[in-house]
Parts: sequence; structure tokens; C-alpha cells
Amino acid sequence: MKYDLVIIGGGPAGLSAANAAWEDGCRSICIVERDRELGGILNQCIHNGFGLHFFKEELTGPEYAGRFVEMLKNTGVDVRLDAMVLDVTPEKEVHIVSSASGYEVLEAKAVVLAMGCRERTRGAIAIPGTRPAGVFTAGTAQRYLNIEGYMVGKRVVILGSGDIGLIMARRMTLEGAKVLACVEVMPYSGGLTRNIVQCLNDFDIPLYLSHTITDIQGNERVERVVVSEVGPDRRPIPGTEMVFDCDTVLLSVGLIPENELSRAAGIEMDARTNGPVVFENMETSIPGVFACGNVLHVHDLVDFVTAESARAGKAAAAYCAGVSLKNENVLDIKNGNLVGYTVPQHIHMDAEFKAVDVFFRVRAICHQSKIVVKDENGTQIAAFSREHLAPGEMENIKLPRVLLDKAVGSITVSIEEEK
Amino acid sequence: MFDVTIIGCGVIGASVAYSLSKYDLKVLVLERENDVAMGTTKANSAIVHAGYDPEPGTLMAKLNVRGSEMMEDLCKELSVKYNRIGSFVLAFDEENLAHLQKLYNNGVENGVPGMKMLSAEEVHTMEPNLADNVCGALYAPSAAVIDPWGLCIAEAEVAVRNGVELKLNSAVTGMEDKGDHVLLHTASGDYETRYIINCAGGWAHEMSAMVGAQEWEAFPSRGEYYLLDKSSGDIVNHVIFQCPSAVGKGVLVAPTVHGNLIVGPNAQNVATPGDKATSLAGLDEVALVSRKSVPGVDLRQSIRNFAGVRANTSEADFIIRPSANCARMLHVAGIKSPGLSAAPAIGEYAVEKLVEMGVELTAREGWDGKREQIRFKELSIEEKAAMIAKDPRYGRVICRCETITEGEIVAAIHSPITPCSVDAIKRRAGAGMGRCQGGFCGPRVLDILSRELGCDPMQIPQDGAGTELLTGVTKGGNKA
Amino acid sequence: MTNIICITCPKGCHLSVDENNDYAVTGNACPRGEAYGKNELKNPVRVVTSTVRVEGADIPRLPVKTDRPLPKGKMMECMALLDTITAQAPIKVGTVLAANILDTDVNIVATKTL
Repeated sequence: MKYDLVIIGGGPAGLSAANAAWEDGCRSICIVERDRELGGILNQCIHNGFGLHFFKEELTGPEYAGRFVEMLKNTGVDVRLDAMVLDVTPEKEVHIVSSASGYEVLEAKAVVLAMGCRERTRGAIAIPGTRPAGVFTAGTAQRYLNIEGYMVGKRVVILGSGDIGLIMARRMTLEGAKVLACVEVMPYSGGLTRNIVQCLNDFDIPLYLSHTITDIQGNERVERVVVSEVGPDRRPIPGTEMVFDCDTVLLSVGLIPENELSRAAGIEMDARTNGPVVFENMETSIPGVFACGNVLHVHDLVDFVTAESARAGKAAAAYCAGVSLKNENVLDIKNGNLVGYTVPQHIHMDAEFKAVDVFFRVRAICHQSKIVVKDENGTQIAAFSREHLAPGEMENIKLPRVLLDKAVGSITVSIEEEK
Repeated sequence: MFDVTIIGCGVIGASVAYSLSKYDLKVLVLERENDVAMGTTKANSAIVHAGYDPEPGTLMAKLNVRGSEMMEDLCKELSVKYNRIGSFVLAFDEENLAHLQKLYNNGVENGVPGMKMLSAEEVHTMEPNLADNVCGALYAPSAAVIDPWGLCIAEAEVAVRNGVELKLNSAVTGMEDKGDHVLLHTASGDYETRYIINCAGGWAHEMSAMVGAQEWEAFPSRGEYYLLDKSSGDIVNHVIFQCPSAVGKGVLVAPTVHGNLIVGPNAQNVATPGDKATSLAGLDEVALVSRKSVPGVDLRQSIRNFAGVRANTSEADFIIRPSANCARMLHVAGIKSPGLSAAPAIGEYAVEKLVEMGVELTAREGWDGKREQIRFKELSIEEKAAMIAKDPRYGRVICRCETITEGEIVAAIHSPITPCSVDAIKRRAGAGMGRCQGGFCGPRVLDILSRELGCDPMQIPQDGAGTELLTGVTKGGNKA
Repeated sequence: MTNIICITCPKGCHLSVDENNDYAVTGNACPRGEAYGKNELKNPVRVVTSTVRVEGADIPRLPVKTDRPLPKGKMMECMALLDTITAQAPIKVGTVLAANILDTDVNIVATKTL
């Protein structure tokens, strides 16, 4: 089977890429989705707050996904549901299996990687203690609760203040569970302020910053957890232990882009994002293979996933139409003070564009600051003021072509706090 | 009336059951948990040791080397994952080198094949990620890595298929020696048996004490581990041990048969064999000591931590002998490391002991020791296509980290020992063993289990009895 | 005096609202903060998102929401009302499942087409 464009993943990233590629004239597109329906994780994110940037209204996850699925119905995009991609080769052959069609190899001109991310687990952060039932990642609990209609516990402690954990604090409370605490190892929350207020404060759920779970107890089911304060080295401080009698621990301790296919294909990865290294058009180190959404870097807002994935879809359509960019005249973007990563990491200066959106996260909370972009000579080519920057909130700056043309060598994005 | 009753179905009980199933005997296996392989069998280093460690002349020495000889063919016959990758014991100084020579001599005396003392240069050529200060190693090419619970399940399945009865959820609560037989009281009822084989692992001393004075003391010793993602699985190619020294026994770093990296264990005395908690101090110790061998071990790649408990006792050797209290009870106890390596040989040896105790053996007619398991991801493209054409459920990937299909999960559910928990599926089919630790596939596995077993999802446990995952139904489900 | 965090922008100003002084807001960096602070104390409202039982679909729960914000104090009452609703598939996103609930002009609507 041959397609111009194969999109791996039918969540918000894949859906947006498909729509954008279709709009730009690509007429041979296939989305491969492992679940039985499109929409990805949005199907279980039944809370609202999606779409404020893109649709200028507040939607729930299923509504947001539904809008894109509706748009897709008016196109000729093929969709393979309940189909798993086993392998993507550097020659852009996509190996898939499904009950319906068996083993198939889709030959593509271009591929968009939109596999999303997975949750970090208890094992990844090595929480000591016994291994009873009742320790769930927040996303798994969300699926049980919102899709399957089951409760996973009655007395809950949440570790990590990522948005899914906060959202689950509210969901569990509304469904009758008692959420005793939300515990965050960092001195600041990993989630959006809106969620701290509406998911914790509304229900008087305490948030313990600079704390972590240091022991899980109970043989069959979780019976209690010990929570300790941590020092600046994030190690527990003896003598600060608090005990919570609970039957459930929900983990919201970070998301990891799901890049096993990308790595196996030999795509260059960025250890800071855990995603592929990309150019301004979302193209990876393999020409014609693009990446977008949470597989590229973990987003907080689906609206940004949609916008980024539309860029990937457009670029993939252009690639299929014969526009291929040479990797010769390339501008590298480097990370300076307090900048954890940037996406993209490279810019094709031979490409046609008016401006490049650069996304990044800071490594600490910054008050009144300047985002400064300098070239290799130390010449400042752009600066942006911000009143507030936080690791939990992705930032972006727009760098106009005219400024980039002036840069000598690579450019570095850094934060300068004004005090 | 059963001829022989085996108490405990870890890898030792299963090996004994497997060996006994070859004979025309009425055999019962009693397991207190809701599945087999629930104790030390599912939480250990998963190594088949070459056999240079045990003192020459001990049962341990003899059974370790014999078990290691048997293991490869047995695993092939049973479709159990096994990989003979060889082991290194590292020396960091002259004193260590002297100790390695002693191990080498032990090994020669025990009959370990193919050992070699490696120079620093040879070590670093074969294992480039080892620490620079490694100055030599004992290489034992016959050492291997194995799927320990896989071996236990496979042996138990073959035993069951050949007529052995297995009763799960059957903790033994008392025994009465009736002279010509023993009456066993268990959580699932009473059973009469002519002979008992005590394979109760860490609890074996309690079994012995049910018919008289306790015959040895149990000194359970806990070992903690990290299991790392497959991206770390090739940092070493052999099982890497450290030379035991005055400071400690050291920890191992090894690739697993599933392609992960295992790092551990430490050794901590604990009050009960059931204490399988991990601790901050213990995990820190494992992290620190492992870096002495392989400085580049990246524990941020950890996907699971766990602890297992060694069945150490007041006796140095394995305890395989008739009970002093009851002539009808054979102890197969104190099976600490290298117990897994010795398991198939222990099975054979236990049968010999039973004969000495008066059991008469005749071969079982039609005994079939072959067991096959389909692992979708290991099939060729053509085989995958054919498998899906035959059964479309093999085209539906449930566990995406490990590429485990619905077909494999359903096959596991309908295997000779019916699994009832999400982790029982993990041990059989591998779903949930990967980097997301069942985050994605857990709810789906639960759904398939409840469908195939015809039970309410609320009744499905994570693992042992009492570990049900779900606590209620939303939207008035509990109130209705 | 009540202390709350403003959520109108990511900055998260810590507001103090004085109930005894005509809900005067301090700590805000912009007029939107003042408005938020007053509303939160005078008449806080929230959109409730949840599920209801559904029959005739592949999945047992239908996601729903209130089509406009509800007084914050009525959230649990709203949840109790959702316990009594069973939707029938096929159902379209936006379908009203319960109108004018709890003596408000708020409706419960489906947020997914099943």
C-alpha cells in the first residue's frame, strides 16, 4: 500500500497534521491509530479548558477532539483504527499490524510522527516501600474513572503536581473520594495555576511543595504513605515525616515522549526534550520524517500541539509536493541561562518563512525577566520582556526572518532576570 | 489419597512436580497464593550460575552444576526464555585476584566447564563499559540468564497437563501424622497423602514445625533491585559480578532475557520472608555499589524497583533430606542462591530421595514434556501475517511497550494454570513488563481477563489475593 | 480578608479581597485581577465536567458538562443529579440531557458523540 503521507498517531497532533496537510493539497494521507477511535488522550480528558487559543472558546477534551474528527470527515484522509505501528524504516516504510488487515507495509513519501507521550511510573522515580495494589499513574486512573466508570480508591494521596494529577484530584473528589494531599518534590507546582486553584483550593486539598513520598506501606492494598520534606538536593529531611492513611496513590510525576519508533528508525534525538531534534518545519534528521505534539516535547496546552502539528502537516505536504530543503545553510538554536530546551533546535535558512516560533521551557521560576536572543558574537538580535516564567508553562517567542538574517553563527536563547 | 503432596509451587516445587509427573503417581501441589511463582521465584537475579561459588562436595555444588547443564535443553523444551551469555566476576585489586583464583579452583573441582581467568585488557575488550580499575576477571561461559517465573510456570503447566493436581489458595495450616499417611489441613480443605515434599521456600521451617520441633532456623535476607529500560540493556553483554570482599558481596549488573538491565541485590536481614519492601537506603546502596563495576549505569532509566527474599537458614547447604519429625516428609528447603540454577537438578534429586524413602516409581505412559508458547514479536513478518490470518486477535497489540497481542493474552488465560490477576498475565504473556509498567495496557488486560473468565472487573486483582484494583463504580453504582 | 490566587493569566497574582470593604482587591497587577477577585468572593462559579451512565454504546460512560458555569456551592448537588441520569446512545455532542438544573439556567449537555 502506498501513501504520500503516513501519520503515526490519531490524537490531537496527528489529527491537526492530517487536516493541515489535506488543506495544503496532499491527497494521499493515512492516519494509523492504535486505539478504536481517534482523539487519543483527549477522549479521557473530559475536563474543560481546551481550545481557548485555537477555537477561542472553552471546550472539553472530547469536544476538542470531536471538532477535528468532524473536519477530517470532509476530507479523503484514510484512517486505520486499532492498528499498531511496529516499525518505521529510514526509507519511510511503515510496518503495521491490525486484526482487520493483518500485517501491512505502508510505503510513504513522508511520515509524521505523532505518537504522543507516556507517564513516568513509580519505578522511574524509585519510591521505596512495599508493592501493594492502589498505586496508579494519574492517566491510568483517569481512564478507569472517565471511560470505564470505575473508582480506583477512596482515600487518595497524589504525588506530583502535574496537570493530570491536579485534574484527577478534582475528579476523584467530585466522585466521592477523599483526596488527602497533593505532594510535589519541587519548590513550585508543575501544573497550571488555574488547576491549582480550581482543583485543589476549591476542595481544600493541601499542596505540599518540596515534599515527597518516602515510603509506601501495606501488603495487599496501600494502607498508608509517609511524606517527608526534601532539601534543596531533593533528598528527604529526617524528622519531617507525616503519615497519611490512604488506600490509593496517584502519580503525576512527568511525561516522557514515546519515541521508541523514532529511535529505532535512527532519528537524531535531543536528550533534553526526549524527542527528535527538529528544524523550524518540524522535520527530523531524516528528510521527509516530521514530528509534532508530545512526541516532540511535552506540552501543557493542546492548542499549541494543534498549531505545531499543523506546521508539521503543511511541511509534510510540501515535502510530498517535491519541496525538499537542504541541510546546508542551517542556523542552530542553543540554550543559554535558565533555558531547559528549545524546539526547534535548527532553522533551515534556505527555507521561505517570515518568522520562526521558538518554544522552550525555563528551568526555574523567574520573575520580571528578559528573554534574550544573541548570536555567536554576543550581539543581541532580539529581546522579550516577561513578568513571569515558570517551568510548568511552556514559553514561546517569535523570531522574524529579518533579525535571524543578521545573526552570525548560531543563536542562543537565555533568560536575564531583572532585579 | 494422594501418593505425594508438594507444599509450595515456586520454581522448586514446580521442578519437583515436573520431575514427579513423569511417573505414575497421584501427585498434589498445594500453593498458598492465587498463582504459582509468587515468592522468591518472581523476585531474584534471574541468573543460572555456572557453579564455581559453592564449596566443593556440597549439595549446592553438585546440584548447581548439574542444574546449569540441564537448563538450556529444558528451557528449549518448555519455551522458556534462556540466554547463555556467560558471567564475569570482577577483581579490583590483588586481593580480589587471589580470591578469583580460589573461585576458579572451586569451579574446576565442581566440574564447571570452560572457565578462564581474564587479564584487565581482555576484560575491557569484551566489556568496554566496565570501570577502568577492573584489573581482571573470572570468566565462566556457561553462566546464563533466564526467565525464572517463566520456568516455574512452564514446569507447573507440564506437571498439570500430565495429571498432577494443583490447588491454589491452599495455605497449609496443620498436619497430622497418621502413621501410614498424613492428613493436611489447608485453606481449601483437608487432603490425605502418603508423602509430603516441603518446598515452602522461606516458610519451610514452619512446615517442619507442624509435625514436631523446628529443624532449622530461618534467616530471611532481603535483596533490592533496579530494573532498567531496554535502552540500557546492552551496556554490558555478560552477567557482571563483583568479587566478594570483606566489605560485602557486591551487586551484579546483567542484561535480562527480556532485554532489560537488572542491577542488584544488596543483602539485608529481615524479620519475615514476606518483607519485600524496598528502602531508600537499600536502593542507594545498590546504586552506589553497581557503579563500581559499571560507572555508566543510568538509574534514571529505571522502570521498576523490587525486592526478593533469600531463604537463608542456619545451615550453609541446601536442606534436602527426610524430616527428623515425620518419616513421610521430605524437606527441600533452604534453597537460596544458586537455587534457581539448581532447580531442575533438585527436582531429579528429590525424586531419588523419595525412592530412598520407599516410594515406588513406574514411568507414566504418554508423558508429554513439550510446551510451546507463541511470542508474536519474535515471529518473522511472514509468521506474523499467518498468525493474524489464523486468529485476528494476534493483530491487536494490547501492550505496546512489549508488543504483546490480545491473542497471546487470551492464550495465557486459557493455559493449564488459569491466571486470575493482571500480574499473572504479565508473568505469562509479558504484557505490562515494559517501560510504562502497565499504565496503558493494565485497564485493557483487566477487561480481557474479566471477559474471558466471566467475572466482574471489580474482582480482578493486581496480583495476589486481596489486591483488587477497582474500589467501586461511578455514578451511583455502589449506591444502587 | 480572603487571600486567593488570580487565574486570569499565568502570572498568578496573590490577591487579597476585603469582604468588609466592598470587596476591595489588593495585590492585583491589572484590572482583570480586580474583577476576578470581586467575582470569586461575591459569586464564584464553576463549570462542572463529569460523566453519566450511557446505554447502547461501546463504553459505559458518556462525558458531560454544564453548558455554563454553576454557582460553586452547587457542584456536589450537580454531581448527585448526574447519578440519576442514564443517556441512550446514539447521542450527539451538545445534546441536552437535563435542562435548567437546580433552579438555575444551566443545562447538562453531552460532550461526545456516541
